[in-house]
Amino acid sequence: MGNYVARRIFATIPVMGVVAIIVFLMLRLSPGDPAAIIAGDHATSDEIAEIREHLGLDRPLLEQFIRWLGQLVSGDFGVSIYMEQPVLGLILERVEPTLALAISTMIFAIALAVPLGVIAAWRAGSWVDQTIMALSVLAFSVPVFLIGYGLVMGFSLALELLPVQGFVSISEDPIGFLQHILLPTVALGLVYTALLARITRATMLETLNEDYIRTARAKGLAEPRVLILHALKNASVPIVTTIGTGLALLIGGVVVTESVFAVPGIGRLTIDAVLQRDYPVIQGVILVIAGVYVLVNLAIDLTYSLLDPRIRY
Amino acid sequence: MSSTQSLGTATEVVKAATRRPSRIGSMIRRPLPAMGAVLLLILISVSIGAPWITAQDPFDMNVVDRLQPPNETYFFGTDAFGRDIFTRTLYGGRVSLIIGVSVAVTSTVIGLIIGIIAGYFRMADAILMRIMDGLMAIPGILLAIGLMSLTRASIWVVIIAITIPEVPRVVRLVRSVVLTVREQVYIQAAGAIGTRFPRLMLKHILPNTFAPLIVQATYIAASAVLIESYLSFLGVGTPPEIPSWGNIIAEGRLYVQIAFWNILFPSIFLALMVLSINILGDGLRDMLDPRLARRI
Repeated sequence: MGNYVARRIFATIPVMGVVAIIVFLMLRLSPGDPAAIIAGDHATSDEIAEIREHLGLDRPLLEQFIRWLGQLVSGDFGVSIYMEQPVLGLILERVEPTLALAISTMIFAIALAVPLGVIAAWRAGSWVDQTIMALSVLAFSVPVFLIGYGLVMGFSLALELLPVQGFVSISEDPIGFLQHILLPTVALGLVYTALLARITRATMLETLNEDYIRTARAKGLAEPRVLILHALKNASVPIVTTIGTGLALLIGGVVVTESVFAVPGIGRLTIDAVLQRDYPVIQGVILVIAGVYVLVNLAIDLTYSLLDPRIRY
Repeated sequence: MSSTQSLGTATEVVKAATRRPSRIGSMIRRPLPAMGAVLLLILISVSIGAPWITAQDPFDMNVVDRLQPPNETYFFGTDAFGRDIFTRTLYGGRVSLIIGVSVAVTSTVIGLIIGIIAGYFRMADAILMRIMDGLMAIPGILLAIGLMSLTRASIWVVIIAITIPEVPRVVRLVRSVVLTVREQVYIQAAGAIGTRFPRLMLKHILPNTFAPLIVQATYIAASAVLIESYLSFLGVGTPPEIPSWGNIIAEGRLYVQIAFWNILFPSIFLALMVLSINILGDGLRDMLDPRLARRI
């Protein structure tokens, strides 16, 4: 047990190491001079030289990497070139809207997808199943901005029920927070819902074919009890795993959704950084997001190994 | 799939035979892939045939006619520069097609090569798969956005930026097929009679990867079309002077309250193209890879 936990935790180190190498090499291996890229199109050669020296780009590659890695480990993600503030501070300033949107989307998607997936598997092949599956393919294909602007046109502009855009902190105004977060959550949540509904249906289909389900039905248990306590409980591992891996899809969608609804989150920070070629910020965002992604998936794996003793990879 | 693989154990066969719902489901589902293929064919035709379908030029500005709602001259209305949205939408399909096909082909070929090496050479496997794990820990759009910032934007840079995050998924797929197949008796037999590695690979292992790869490539094409539009929408994708769907929508978003047709029509075309490719992919999956179809 402890052995597995230790191994699983240890396994995240090479992954994060590779992420660090990728992020580090991205700028160095790009066509052209990184200092010139950072300086922008109109920089003078003096400015470029200054940036090169400031970032230590004139040193050997390995030395640069080790120095950079040492800084990362001590929590120093560098300083934004454009805003001249520590990158980690900039990210933390913007984390609340992004986190709020991601969490509300997960709640929305799980609450909607799991019942839909269970019903689709329970009535597999029926028109209910066909409709749910067709809608999930549709949700996969419709771009976030079409759903987003559609919702804004309907609920904000035509019906004037909800604000068009922006974000309000939950600590300042809980009602305003809910009003602002509702439309982005739905716009972003549909793709994630589709993904989870599909995996729920697939694993439920397999579980419903097990012998113990037939036994449960044969001994006269009520169908909801069979579905939820016997089938869903046993089908939950792949579903929760997909919630974790689907986080990558969710985070990508967050960037676009924040842009549609003018939410001042990490997505906005990233796009501004790319437009200004603020490389330390881009690197910082990628590292932090990848770190969160790896940690969440680690937490999910460990939780399951504690709950279900059969799981040992 | 080879026949040895699709046979499985006796219990699996019995289970598959007693599986009641999927047969009815597949019968109803059958017309859908064909519909997807037809829809995609229509979209491809109108994109390629754009110059013959519309007399307008996608770059022609008629400032007098700016932000016109859809009418007889401008079927989909005009944008803030008085350019014809209908014409621009048709031409935008070309950009999406180029990107969808290029990303699907490139990532499949690169992923196939890396996947075979990882699947067959234990030494390379550990290193290659760690790199793939690292790449997969970065959300695809975020990685593409990061890559886009490295150099001046062009369609080719967009293709590379979308391809790189897709490669690990192909590698994993190919590797898992190779790992399964290399343990099969007929591979050992081929090795035992002295078949050399290149022939073994090309004749006996590679064909097993084709069916799942075609399915995967289809899904990659759909996702690439969608990601291109997201990158362009965010202003970090295809150069703004090229009328891609994402760019038309990015320009139109400024006028969404007074001229929603600027984003509506390109969005619908975009959704239809992605939808048709996805439906086609589902159909191909059910046809080529029934085992996978049961799992997802």
